Amino acid sequence: MEPFIEVKDLVKIYRLGEVEVQALRGVTLSIEKGDFVAIMGASGSGKSTFMNILGFLDQATSGQYLLEGIDGRDLSRDELAEIRNQKIGFVFQGFNLLARTSAMENVELPLIYARVSTSRRKEMARKALAEVGLEGREGHHPSQLSGGEQQRVAIARALVNQPSILLADEPTGNLDSKTSTEIMVVFQRLNRDLGITIIMVTHEPDIASFARRKILFKDGKVVDDSLSGGRIQSL
Amino acid sequence: MSTLLVSLRIALRALMVNKMRSALTMLGIIIGVGAVIAMIAVGSGAKARIAEQIASMGSNMLIVLSGSSTSGGLRHGSGTVPTLTVEDAKAISNEIPGVKYVAPSLSGVAQVVFGNQNWSTIINGSTPEVLEIRDWPLASGRSFTQQDIDGATKVCLLGKTVADNLFGGIDPIGQIVRIKNVPFTVIGVLAPKGQSTWGQDQDDIIFVPLTTAQKRLFGMQFPGMVRVISVQAREPEVMKSVENQITDLLRQRHRIQPNQENDFSVRNLTEVLSSAEQSANVMSLLLGAIASISLIVGGIGIMNIMLVSVTERTREIGIRIAVGAKGRDILLQFLIESLVLSLIGGIVGIGMGVVGTLILSSLTQWPTLFSIEAILLAFLFSGSVGVFFGFYPARKASLLNPIEALRYE
Repeated sequence: MEPFIEVKDLVKIYRLGEVEVQALRGVTLSIEKGDFVAIMGASGSGKSTFMNILGFLDQATSGQYLLEGIDGRDLSRDELAEIRNQKIGFVFQGFNLLARTSAMENVELPLIYARVSTSRRKEMARKALAEVGLEGREGHHPSQLSGGEQQRVAIARALVNQPSILLADEPTGNLDSKTSTEIMVVFQRLNRDLGITIIMVTHEPDIASFARRKILFKDGKVVDDSLSGGRIQSL
Repeated sequence: MSTLLVSLRIALRALMVNKMRSALTMLGIIIGVGAVIAMIAVGSGAKARIAEQIASMGSNMLIVLSGSSTSGGLRHGSGTVPTLTVEDAKAISNEIPGVKYVAPSLSGVAQVVFGNQNWSTIINGSTPEVLEIRDWPLASGRSFTQQDIDGATKVCLLGKTVADNLFGGIDPIGQIVRIKNVPFTVIGVLAPKGQSTWGQDQDDIIFVPLTTAQKRLFGMQFPGMVRVISVQAREPEVMKSVENQITDLLRQRHRIQPNQENDFSVRNLTEVLSSAEQSANVMSLLLGAIASISLIVGGIGIMNIMLVSVTERTREIGIRIAVGAKGRDILLQFLIESLVLSLIGGIVGIGMGVVGTLILSSLTQWPTLFSIEAILLAFLFSGSVGVFFGFYPARKASLLNPIEALRYE
């Protein structure tokens, strides 16, 4: 059986005017289905670049990346958008919800672009919001929700399309430690109960300890890859 | 279909967020469309009035006037010296193939009396063809016939103004009026024709048989004398050649030497009016062009605001692209937004244009004319302005790089 995510010799070079920046210098790894992975590293270590490539938001300069056997290299912008829509859920540090738009409509967004019918869309969005414990908050706008609640709306939006992987870039970066823990508990439950593969970028060891596997990036390379079993948090 | 509805809702919401800005952007289109509607209405009103005047005067009409002669070095105006005769009219009718109708006439001003009412008006002695040439139907009664001409009977046709002034509410048919003390039986009343191009009331006239006018009313310096011969050509194309042939024929008949001036003149009235029509056309074209420029300026306003909007919403666009919006989804969203702006502006502009035109025409008495085509055209034009000027910002939005867009503050 081929691995769920397979990365071979991934290199990414940015060209900033005259200067070339090597963000990734040959990354090779594979991730199993159903895993919960934390990617760590200092800023500039290439972890965000790696996440963008995993999320089909960016293309590698060389090397190979396969998600369930899909190679994004020769695909057009629109084909990549379709893969993101069907296979990937994003959770960002800044939540990135649409302002002046209800929680419900924010969660519906990926379904709109997947051309799902209105009634089915409402049903799926409601279910995803319930999954992250936000029943009854469907009509609230982001400005009426706390940071933790906003991030949970974002998680519901990432989940709603039943993606293969959930990519989280510093998901707790804007949250206090108590709310951060709450979000991590949500992640663990989704990973354990629904079997969703989660890959999370963080620079906080505390947060990384919730994951089962930790990958450490430094200067565009993987320098450490360890299993930790995953911290159990009682609330 | 549902995608379109969703895009429409997103667009409407985005426009509602910045109500003031949306309203001001629309104002550009409203003024542009309003101006186009008003200017086209004014232009086509002027054109319609001219067309009406051409029709009321009679189409393809040439007028042959008798006289300008010189007496002792003093030159008199056209028609002052009678030089034309009924025979000239017959010759024109018989010898020039492009001619449809010929009506010689002799006219003058006289006092008309009925009971205790009296009225001064133009008495036009002519043949029945004169009504054909001027395309002038009767409102009631009958026209005079060849028998009336041959017998010089004392019958007359009243113009609407004369009938109103002499008879008020009474039916004039069969009544006797006195013209220069000669009793005439009214046999018909003409349909109203309104003002001529130069503001003269065309209905202030009485028609009598030519022979009766010659013998009973105005006298003759020589037999068969007429002052005017009205000629209708068969079609507009032959007007010029008919005009030349009439000139040649009359010079020959009047035995005018090659070095002598004509003792008559031929006027082509349709030509005068069609040049008026041309200038009205040029005027409405100019007005429309100026108004269109304001519509284009309005379109630039839309483009400007859409560019601002795309920049402001860079992060939103990044989110949409990240969760799977394709280029055309984003393109459509922003295109619909500018289309909604311009179409709402267009609808309001049509309303403003119509109201503005009505106010203008009631204040200035200018004739105005609305046409469904012009309104539809202005609406479609405003829509295409929206698409044209909205396309560049929308395309810019659809090509944003999601990573950079998500990082945008």
